[in-house]
Amino acid sequence: MMWRTVRRIMREPLGAVGLTLVTVVVLSAVFASALTSYAPSKISPAERFASPSLLHLLGTDHLGRDLLTRVLYGGRVALLIALGATAVSLVVGVVLGLIAGYGPRWLDNVLLLIFDAVKSFPTVMLALTLVTLFGPSLYAVVLVVMLVNVPGYARIIRTQTLVLKSAEHVMAARSMGASAGRILRVHILPNIIGPILILISMDIPVVVAIEAGMSFLGLGVRPPTPSWGAILNDGFANIRDSYWIVIAGGLPIVLTTLGFTFFGETLRDLFDPRLKGRS
Amino acid sequence: MTVLDVNNLSVAFHTESGRLEALKQVSFSVPANRSVGVVGESGCGKSTLINAILGLLADNGEITSGEIIFEGNKDLARLDPTAMRGLRGLRIATVFQDPMGALNPVLSVGRQMRDIQYRSGLSKRDKDARSVAMLRKVRIPDPESRLTQFPHEFSGGMKQRIAIAMALMMEPALLIADEPTTALDATLEVATIELLKDLQRDIGCSVLFISHHLGVIAELCDEMIVMYAGEVVESGTTREIFNDARHPYTQKLLACDPARLSQRVARLPTIAGTLPDLRHRPSGCVFQPRCDRADAQCLTVPPAALIAGSHIARCWHADIPLERVRA
Repeated sequence: MMWRTVRRIMREPLGAVGLTLVTVVVLSAVFASALTSYAPSKISPAERFASPSLLHLLGTDHLGRDLLTRVLYGGRVALLIALGATAVSLVVGVVLGLIAGYGPRWLDNVLLLIFDAVKSFPTVMLALTLVTLFGPSLYAVVLVVMLVNVPGYARIIRTQTLVLKSAEHVMAARSMGASAGRILRVHILPNIIGPILILISMDIPVVVAIEAGMSFLGLGVRPPTPSWGAILNDGFANIRDSYWIVIAGGLPIVLTTLGFTFFGETLRDLFDPRLKGRS
Repeated sequence: MTVLDVNNLSVAFHTESGRLEALKQVSFSVPANRSVGVVGESGCGKSTLINAILGLLADNGEITSGEIIFEGNKDLARLDPTAMRGLRGLRIATVFQDPMGALNPVLSVGRQMRDIQYRSGLSKRDKDARSVAMLRKVRIPDPESRLTQFPHEFSGGMKQRIAIAMALMMEPALLIADEPTTALDATLEVATIELLKDLQRDIGCSVLFISHHLGVIAELCDEMIVMYAGEVVESGTTREIFNDARHPYTQKLLACDPARLSQRVARLPTIAGTLPDLRHRPSGCVFQPRCDRADAQCLTVPPAALIAGSHIARCWHADIPLERVRA
């Protein structure tokens, strides 16, 4: 089953590129310590602003830290936040969506109102407010991602639940005495796994971008923890004479975002061919 | 003994455009080990009747009067939801119209059949053994290996037989069948009816069979009720109604049955007019606006005219036999 899906993804050009990029990014993050001999936060003033060479494949930054090492370790941070924050938002979103879709009408209306209110808040403003309240940290990033993602997830899960609620097999289960919890767990949730998978793969790049953006603005991960956004920020300050720092920070963001987006789009086409070619 | 006794049941829905009386003073009973057919055109309240019995009326629906006595001692119209849920699937089982949609598409048939026995307290192996036995009863070939298959791997007729197997698994006292053969082709329809008859005899349950197909009712049911616009207009044994229908609606319904037409016609007969708007019921007899026998008397509610035995027709003019209508 899994291999068949992989083969079908690889047959699509976009899917092949996406899956390859995703695999490369994930593997390089997991095996970061094996792929480089430098420590991510080791400062060596003698090697400041070294341009790319065999010794430092992507060059070094203003503190003489090896950029490839920081990019690899930054990938760990980015993926950890992306997966962690997506998982948390997914759990919250699914629970709220199921409640809104299956629960009483008034609760549905209340939840929708909350979703819309949260959604109408601009991401940057939300990030700034939360960081002012709690201080910049990894958790602040996760919280922002959650607030940004949960309303969207919950809305999609709610719609799917509403559709399935009146499906014949759910009616049949109800008429045979199944409880609400049992119907949600056994008869509705397994039937919306497809859309959920697509949501995850389409949203990971968004989270990666939010993390990078917040770190770029100094609202995210604290230095010296390596982060793509922070590298980008360092590079910006020195873009006139050390162009490679910006490239080292920007390229992984672009590649990861593209990889997951292509992967997600291919996955969506496989699950629902009618949507093909639309964005 | 009667399994189900419905007395003067009225159900109303609160809609944005006003109160809609979907069922009005419906009374009938289902004796033990008997099959009762409910016939009527679309929108006459058949599904509302089922949902009222099952306690699954939509949020805006409400039982306004009457009682639904089940097994002599429980009034389903007033039973609390938990107790009601305990009856559904255990004592009252349901088979629906669409065999394609009745099974969960992402779970194997074996898993679903095991799931439905969750109240039995049996071990997984015993549950599976019962599933296999039940599948064999509904004539699914090679049931052991079929347990691991998914609904899409079965044909429509097989899926409907699996749904029937699942409904009868816990040996309920009452099986509600909501047009279970409508989505099947004619050959399968006959086979499914035969199967239902056999299973009913086997298990010894009563069947409440909803259909708009007169032939199927005649084949399966001992007694029948004819519904029109949420009211029971005629009830009696199947034989009485097919041979001696007295309500003009029933008579017209029989006259419209293609199987009963004696000669070829270019256009199949229909009953002129449409169902009344249930938000504004006609005064008096509910069928009077479409009835060619209607007169001044019909503007007052007709009594239940007793024809013979248990045969009742709600009409002022129930004295005109079927033959005179055909002629």
